[in-house]
Amino acid sequence: MSAKTLYDKLFDSHVVTEENGTALIYIDRHLVHEVTSPQAFEGLRLAGRKPWRKDSIVATADHNTPTNGWEKGLDGIADPISRIQIETLDSNIKEFGAKAYFPFMDKGQGIVHVMGPEQGATLPGMTVVCGDSHTSTHGAFGALAHGIGTSEVEHVMATQCLVQKKSKSMLVRVDGKLGNSVTAKDVALAIIGKIGTAGGTGYAVEFGGSVIRALSMEGRMTLCNMAIEAGARAGMVAVDDATINYVKGRPYAPKADQWDAAVAYWRTLVSDDGAEFDATVVLNGDDIQPQVTWGTSPEMVVGIDGKVPDPASESDATKKCSMERALQYMGLKANTPMSEISIDKVFIGSCTNSRIEDLRAAASVAKGKKIAGNVKLALVVPGSGLVKAQAEAEGLDKVFKEAGFEWREPGCSMCLAMNADRLESGERCASTSNRNFEGRQGLGGRTHLVSPEMAAAAAIAGHFVDVRSFN
Amino acid sequence: MQAFTQLNGLVVPLDRSNVDTDAIIPKQFLKSIKRSGFGPNAFDEWRYLDHGEPGMDNSKRKINPDFVLNQARYQGGSVLLARENFGCGSSREHAPWALEDYGFRAIIAPSFADIFFNNCFKNGMLPIVLSADDVDALFKETQSAEGYKLNIDLSTQTISTPSGKTYKFEVDAFRKHCLLNGLDDIGLTMQHQDAIKAFETKHRAAQPWLFN
Ligand code: SF4
Repeated sequence: MSAKTLYDKLFDSHVVTEENGTALIYIDRHLVHEVTSPQAFEGLRLAGRKPWRKDSIVATADHNTPTNGWEKGLDGIADPISRIQIETLDSNIKEFGAKAYFPFMDKGQGIVHVMGPEQGATLPGMTVVCGDSHTSTHGAFGALAHGIGTSEVEHVMATQCLVQKKSKSMLVRVDGKLGNSVTAKDVALAIIGKIGTAGGTGYAVEFGGSVIRALSMEGRMTLCNMAIEAGARAGMVAVDDATINYVKGRPYAPKADQWDAAVAYWRTLVSDDGAEFDATVVLNGDDIQPQVTWGTSPEMVVGIDGKVPDPASESDATKKCSMERALQYMGLKANTPMSEISIDKVFIGSCTNSRIEDLRAAASVAKGKKIAGNVKLALVVPGSGLVKAQAEAEGLDKVFKEAGFEWREPGCSMCLAMNADRLESGERCASTSNRNFEGRQGLGGRTHLVSPEMAAAAAIAGHFVDVRSFN
Repeated sequence: MQAFTQLNGLVVPLDRSNVDTDAIIPKQFLKSIKRSGFGPNAFDEWRYLDHGEPGMDNSKRKINPDFVLNQARYQGGSVLLARENFGCGSSREHAPWALEDYGFRAIIAPSFADIFFNNCFKNGMLPIVLSADDVDALFKETQSAEGYKLNIDLSTQTISTPSGKTYKFEVDAFRKHCLLNGLDDIGLTMQHQDAIKAFETKHRAAQPWLFN
């Protein structure tokens, strides 16, 4: 048998039928949240259908949920339309069922891509879908994870399958070793800076190389999370000890009697020696600096010691035009050193960077310091109730609060500003989230994507600063 | 799902690359639990000068006269001409819902983001990939001739211009079949019920922990 990539193994082992290159693949785990599911449940109801396997469904509310005022319960949701959406999820889960549900204010509530792995609801070898593009996060476990639209959410609920064409495969190999305070987020942004936001379109990307092997599971999740920002259909990392150690003992992980068999299978979830990829991209980890985006697309990124680029030096007319538009929107002048850009707000959170390791890293920078006078608001939003509890057990909440940060309840929050947490027009934010699109964090808001350490350092300094020389 | 066979439609040129789904339909409209009514808020932040919220009377809002959708010559457009990486960003199907509700039935671009591309087909809309040069040529023609229309024929996979030039485009055979006949995916997949059940039995035996 010829050598297979990890992607081949995951895809091929889930094919139910295949005709002319279009396959039906079986879905093991369906993660559900309040924004992209109501129309799917409604579709089932109208057609008189039931979920094919309700035990594949794990649900939570995250996008609309407020991050403060929880003492008021549902009444704390100021926006009546958001409240209806959250209540609709409650009633849909009640009607259709699920394996697990972490409703608003449950201690297991959290951003769907933080909640799934920490509950052991995401396992190696699974196919995972969710009506959310950042479902690629779960690929960190050697799983095949796709973000899908609402019609597909309904389709998976009704049939347990997804119609898929096999993608091309890409290996992104990061060799060498990362420097101090250079994180998975910086690796992700450096990759996107290199291949572009459409560089991965049509590909399933496997991340490999010594840098990836040395990353924690949190770091791998950050990296796979951003695979979608490179346009990839899925991102994934091969299974190793780190994967297995992370999964062990989680609430929905296999129990003792099945554990050894599961691990034996999971160990096979690596690309075979000699497996061929349709494309390979190589980066050297030693060269990666802490990254900061300057524009309105994640590919508009430079190292912290860099400058805002000059559109005048771009020869491609379309690119030049989008650079000019980005600079105008961002209120930046070409050639400004990144470290001279001052900020108004800081957001540490999102499915990219709100896990315990992220909060620890940010807290270690903030410890014993105070946020700068020009920073109007610095928010720390843990990814889930469990992350929050863990952080509080370690005293991280105190570190943040003493430094002047606000410590909030879990949810998506200012990553997309569907709840009350947002930027006002013209405000500039150092954000650990994943998208710096126009208006993403609030109409007219200006987002710069960075790692948690870099966000914390910017909060203290009041402007972007190289966290490696910051103390 | 509505079928797509042939379309003779007015072309609207949206000359930006990397148009993301947040721009196509801003997040505040995602709070709706319905799948219709998003058209008036398609490209909301570019189309209006004030901040839009669900439930507003859009006919009373101040429009941005510079935005292409607001120009008189492009009213009634049903073919959207766009630049590369159209529909990047979130998986929200509200983006194709909004475009379809506005009246678009086809989108032509050099490249699309994957999930958006997929979502279009589920909603009776045809996304078409042409080379960057061909798209560029269409932009020039659209902008220089008022009332510029394209004729799109899915069965022959061709686009013809008013001057008689034709472009051939690729489309996946299965998707073409579904679109031409307005077929609902779920119904089609249900024809494979027995295969799904058989697969499930085998899968459960091999990896029982997935079924705990
Ligand atoms: S944190 Fe942001 S990117 Fe992640 S699921 Fe929530 S809204 Fe989407």
